[in-house]
Amino acid sequence: MAVDMELEAVLRPHQYEMPPYPPKVITLANGKKMVVRQADREDVPAILKSVHPCLFIERDYYDIVSARLYGELLAWYRYRAKSEYCLMGQVDGYLVGVVNGRMETEKVGMSYHTLAIDRGLRIGSHLFAAKMEYHLEYLNQDEILIVAESPIGFRRWMIEYPLEPTKIPHELGGGDSWRLTREIYFKAKPRLVVGERPVPEDLWEEATRDVLFADDDTIRERIAGLKGR
Amino acid sequence: MRDVAIIGAGMIPFGRRDEDSLMDMLAWAGLKALDDAGLGDGGVDALYVANMGSGILQHQTGLASALADRISLLPAAADGIENGPASGASAVKNGLLAIASGYYDTVLVVGGEKMREVTGWRATDFVATMTHPTAEYVYGVTLPGMAGMFTRLYMEKYGVTREMLVSIALKNQAMGALNPYAHVEMALSKDGIFDNPAAVVNNPLAADPLHLYDACPVSDGAAAVVLTALDKVKNPAKPTVVIAGFGQATDTHTLQEREDPTDLKAVTLAAQQAFERAKLKPADINVAELHDAFTILEIAESEHVGFFKKGEGGKAALAGKTRFGSQIPINVSGGLKARGHPVGATGVAQIVDIVWQLRHELPKERQVKDAKNGLTVNFGGFGNNVLAFVLRRVEA
Repeated sequence: MAVDMELEAVLRPHQYEMPPYPPKVITLANGKKMVVRQADREDVPAILKSVHPCLFIERDYYDIVSARLYGELLAWYRYRAKSEYCLMGQVDGYLVGVVNGRMETEKVGMSYHTLAIDRGLRIGSHLFAAKMEYHLEYLNQDEILIVAESPIGFRRWMIEYPLEPTKIPHELGGGDSWRLTREIYFKAKPRLVVGERPVPEDLWEEATRDVLFADDDTIRERIAGLKGR
Repeated sequence: MRDVAIIGAGMIPFGRRDEDSLMDMLAWAGLKALDDAGLGDGGVDALYVANMGSGILQHQTGLASALADRISLLPAAADGIENGPASGASAVKNGLLAIASGYYDTVLVVGGEKMREVTGWRATDFVATMTHPTAEYVYGVTLPGMAGMFTRLYMEKYGVTREMLVSIALKNQAMGALNPYAHVEMALSKDGIFDNPAAVVNNPLAADPLHLYDACPVSDGAAAVVLTALDKVKNPAKPTVVIAGFGQATDTHTLQEREDPTDLKAVTLAAQQAFERAKLKPADINVAELHDAFTILEIAESEHVGFFKKGEGGKAALAGKTRFGSQIPINVSGGLKARGHPVGATGVAQIVDIVWQLRHELPKERQVKDAKNGLTVNFGGFGNNVLAFVLRRVEA
């Protein structure tokens, strides 16, 4: 598709300067090492392949979350999202989870979505925490606006942190936003934010060589199968 | 009194069975047990169905009548059995007594529960309905909460450590990873849930001092057995397993009323009765399925049934004395901890697993070599209604 750069200059939203998220490695309950790193724009097609099968999974609102995430990542890939970023978790090179968000203003962050592609290992919790860490510790923002679309998300974010309710509409158009302030974050950090830096060279090499993704049936089974946890 | 044999055993994989109704699960498990017993539509005099909460969770009652029709057992007698998380073993006991007394020759017992129909909070609340309504429930007591308090006392009195509890979780999930019927087929690492700083997130505190991986999952599932009079068993296709002994005892409804809340008297009494009736001792048992809804319960029950002295169960677990291939393998199925705990199914599932062990028909990585005698303990309430069974393989 031909791109008219003159027109693109009008259509592409403004981007804030965003320092990179420093990668980290987290030991999961099964002993596997999950590398958490910032996705490059070029990683998006591979990520979307893992998100696609989730679009059709009703369990735990995976369909809604995946559909929104798919659109958001596509918007970022095609330069139609303002100051968006994406973090991903990889185990043995395989994509196991994705989170994204954006800078609403220099001081206010907007959390988008959290998608655990492998379940039962608190991958969603770890990645959501990494997202909060990015906003408050590396983008140096004051607060993040968050909504939950699934009961699991509500339990993990609103209750576990705990977030404070607001009447501020979230741009996703759902319920009102909840807010994570710096104060709440740093209080919760010792029990919710973990990971070691730097990422050992072998793990880093494996994670960045290729983004591997499980086949559709495997993804569906992991999320919505009999052993779903 | 007639001796009673278990001639059929069936189970469906435990997990999150969104696509199946409770009745589907009960029917499937029941048919598997009938098929295993070599019985067709006929030949069953009575049906006992164990379930704790379909009236609450599914808004459905009268399960036994419905199941008798669903799997074409009409006009067999049919009764539902509700005894909290010990419903399964209670149903087997009723089948046993009905045959031993001579009233019936062959009985099908099916236990099942569909708990993932509701959120975890609702499921926890549902299980808590068995606590004392005015002395416990109204104050927000849940079973994990009770188990947490019990664990704290046990730690103080007997020196049980978190590392001992973790050793149970690791052992049972490692075995569950080998069991296709287990809800959680995932081995854990000690690093991931205990040693590593990430364990604070991976294995968070759930009910102090119990952590996430100290508790069983909330599961859907069903299991079934076919019982018959031993004297009716002719030329069996599979090794015969008999119910050599059973015991049942109750204790105070509330934990606080017990002289020593760490003393699980009903477990001790139920096991003693089962051993006496079987004319066996704890040392004669080759494999056991104990009710490990929480890791502490496996330790406490291993002491109360007589495998270890009081205060020694945790040390024994840590030393590997309850692992597969050791002194007394406990919860080789993965236990409630990994197989899952669909409350009405559990007591039956424990018996199914022991039947498979005693028939020597499990894959070698889970088959206890030459297993001849097995024990089950199904723990209702917080130890206020406990059933124990001793099963024995009958050598041809």
